[in-house]
Amino acid sequence: MEALKLIGVLIVVIGFAIKFDTIATVVIAGVVTGLVAQMPVMDILDTLGKSFISNRTATLFVLTLPCIGICERYGLKEKAIDFIRGIKNATTGRVILIYQAIRTLAAAFSVRLGGHPQFVRPVVVPMAEGAAVAKYGEISDEVSDTIRGASAAAENYGNFYAQNCFMGASGTLLIVSTLVEQGFDVTALQIATWSIPIAVISVLVGAWRDLTLDGKLAKMAGKGASAK
Amino acid sequence: MTPANIIAEIFYSIIGIIFALVGVKALRDPGAQKKATTAAFWFILAFTFILGNYLPKWITGVCVIAIAVLTAINGVKQSANDVPDPQAVRASANKLGYKVFIPALCLALVAVVAATLGGSIPAMNWLTANNAIGVSGIVALIVALVLFKAHPKYAVIDGTRLMDNVGPVGILPQLLSALGALFTAAGVGTVIANGVSAIIPEGSRVIACAVYCIAMALFTIIMGNGFAAFSVITVGIGIPFLIAQGANPVVVGALGLTAGYCGTLCTPMAANFNIMPAALLEVKNKYAIIKSQIPVAVIMLVIHIALMYFFAF
Repeated sequence: MEALKLIGVLIVVIGFAIKFDTIATVVIAGVVTGLVAQMPVMDILDTLGKSFISNRTATLFVLTLPCIGICERYGLKEKAIDFIRGIKNATTGRVILIYQAIRTLAAAFSVRLGGHPQFVRPVVVPMAEGAAVAKYGEISDEVSDTIRGASAAAENYGNFYAQNCFMGASGTLLIVSTLVEQGFDVTALQIATWSIPIAVISVLVGAWRDLTLDGKLAKMAGKGASAK
Repeated sequence: MTPANIIAEIFYSIIGIIFALVGVKALRDPGAQKKATTAAFWFILAFTFILGNYLPKWITGVCVIAIAVLTAINGVKQSANDVPDPQAVRASANKLGYKVFIPALCLALVAVVAATLGGSIPAMNWLTANNAIGVSGIVALIVALVLFKAHPKYAVIDGTRLMDNVGPVGILPQLLSALGALFTAAGVGTVIANGVSAIIPEGSRVIACAVYCIAMALFTIIMGNGFAAFSVITVGIGIPFLIAQGANPVVVGALGLTAGYCGTLCTPMAANFNIMPAALLEVKNKYAIIKSQIPVAVIMLVIHIALMYFFAF
């Protein structure tokens, strides 16, 4: 019954999909996998403990938290907001692109800007929509949805594709500890370095996306006007 | 123990102390919910980080099960944090200007410089890439305290505040790596590999890259979590079909996780990135963000496959 060993994978998939507690899902998957593979209970506990200890690497990001927390207290996010508010006369697409570039850099340096609630909603969306209103006058719900969707997306692109450029990021450390545990000698510096190309490319793809957005908005606004 | 290991243990002990302080914060907060279980969670975690390495490993195994029970019963809650006053933050931002970014830059750059030195100068070989992260955390903290003239107590206050914000999920990457180890020990990787070998023709590198990247994205779409997909798919597909065939593990690992993120962009399962922000931004169509992201995700996934093919081999 080789396929029975996949039950651990199944538990992880279902546990995450139904939003069961993530920590418990992973531990249950591990224990059940061990039981199915007929490992004695003491061996399971031993393997679990041993691999938990040897993978403490993945939690090294905690050492960066005191510094990041103090920077927040002294106005890091506020200065990032000042910077983007200082941009004048940009089109909707360019505002979103500039935000994506800033978010990418911030992620690569593990700077927390506050994400959707604290940056996109109060700063990026008003600026991006403001630019559209300045150009086309009143904007429809459809145009507004498109702009807001693209603004929220810029946050995700910057966050996802650039965070591993930082050596102490939890994603970087997950890659390192997983591969080292499997017997491959990789370091956080190597993973961070090889994460740079995708971060750069993500900004280029975002640039294409955001600059075509301006054309799309012009078309949508034109259609709205003729309908009136 | 080698000097590198001793220093690593010191850093793990510091992490353990931060965990313990989050537990202490919960105990001292009169208004905290689930005080006892919250403190127990952080103290047990602290214990494994500080002493786990010197004790029989099954003890840590029991601790891991205990923390899983505590999170499963929803027993871990945030306690009150000393949140910076918005007016004071604004005033400080005005006073410091863009200098406020210096410690953050130090954090990233010191880690790179330290790891490079450690890798190239034999006398500094204690400075492994992992230890370099710890060194950068401490150097950047000192820079911040000096530059901002901040009271050192804020290292503790803000460190525990952020750790409490991150919460139990912060331990997830470590647990997933450990799960990967258990999967390998139980032979799960081999079973997946046998199944997948039907799809991948012998020696076809392009198809192997494509299958790995697409599987990362698909598993992430189903689970809503790229980290979990990474430990399963890398053990089952990445290692047998790419790394064992001579692919560079660094390139496969680095691109593998971000290939998974292409899936995150497409899935309502990743609600905190794609669905909750839609509500927050008062978008009429709750899938507006995913709709905007799908073309980019597809292009990025194709680019991942191409980069992996060209650079891993």
